[in-house]
Amino acid sequence: MNELLRLVIVLAPLSLAAFGGAASIYAPLQHQAVDVEHWVTAREFVDLFAISRVTPGPGSLLGALFGWKIAGFLGALVATLALYVPSSVVVFAVGTVWNRHRGKRWHSALETGLAPVGCGLLLAGVLTLASSLFDHPISIPVILCVAAAMAFWPKVHPFIFLLIGGLVCYLAFLCGL
Amino acid sequence: MTQKSRVPLTSIYRVFFEIGMFSFGGGVSGWIYRDIVEMRKWMSHEEYLSGVALTQIMPGPNATNSAIYIGQLLRGASGATVALLAMLTGPFLAILVAAFTYQWLLGLPGFQEAMIGTAAAAIGMLLRTGLTSARMVARGLAPILIMTATFIAVGIFHIGLVPVICVIGPLSVAYAYKMSGRRLEHE
Repeated sequence: MNELLRLVIVLAPLSLAAFGGAASIYAPLQHQAVDVEHWVTAREFVDLFAISRVTPGPGSLLGALFGWKIAGFLGALVATLALYVPSSVVVFAVGTVWNRHRGKRWHSALETGLAPVGCGLLLAGVLTLASSLFDHPISIPVILCVAAAMAFWPKVHPFIFLLIGGLVCYLAFLCGL
Repeated sequence: MTQKSRVPLTSIYRVFFEIGMFSFGGGVSGWIYRDIVEMRKWMSHEEYLSGVALTQIMPGPNATNSAIYIGQLLRGASGATVALLAMLTGPFLAILVAAFTYQWLLGLPGFQEAMIGTAAAAIGMLLRTGLTSARMVARGLAPILIMTATFIAVGIFHIGLVPVICVIGPLSVAYAYKMSGRRLEHE
């Protein structure tokens, strides 16, 4: 019980600090889990980080693994809720205000005005994510080919593209590229 | 405001479960845009993009924040809750399975490379989404300038999201407000 409470006390504030996703909380998460709470060793943290990168979902789901380590399934569940409920409540509250004023002139102006900002952010996200793969040169043509293929065949299920991307890089690895 | 037909909660769950299950490497907004805006037409591209800008300045992963925003727009509190849970169910189970098998998984030759390829494909989808929506947003010099400035500030100079949106956002909104007034006068 006490461990579960510690999970909530440590992870819930990080939930509210995770601006721009998991990247902004890796450092404090590592400090808390390794140095302060001793949930995992530094070496285990790196392993768990690697797991969280190759599984689907937000990177901060890494926190669920600490819960798992110290309190099993229930721990993982509590950690996940602590990580996502606080930030979700904030988003929901803002969304409520946002939707209530739909149709007003200032709301339409906000929507029209924020659209190009959101679009610029999307494109910046592409660049940031892609640059994390720059040490694997094969990933660049994969990115460009998938973008082009999706424009040509918009009805193809995205899973097909993910599969092809994974396969291409796997084959490239087998061929020693 | 367009009257939205009630989207069943089960459809919301199915769509976001699928998106969550295949969200590798963070490029999931591409899939969300394709599914929600293009294929199912649950919302307009402006509703989606302004939601992106709105939820990105709030804490939490972009993917789950988008899920909450979309779920809420479609079905209120129950929609948001269902979308969030759906988005996390698959990854939650996957990461537990991976925790059991990770030494074996990471030891498999080529496994990490295959995952990198999957992430690259997801980023490709996001690139295509970005370009498509850029074409729709770019109706005039001002939106193009705003879009480019945001991209350069965040993508190239790595200035924090919050300051960028807080500076560029109001400028862009003020311009849109002025333009909508001009349109009203013409009518």
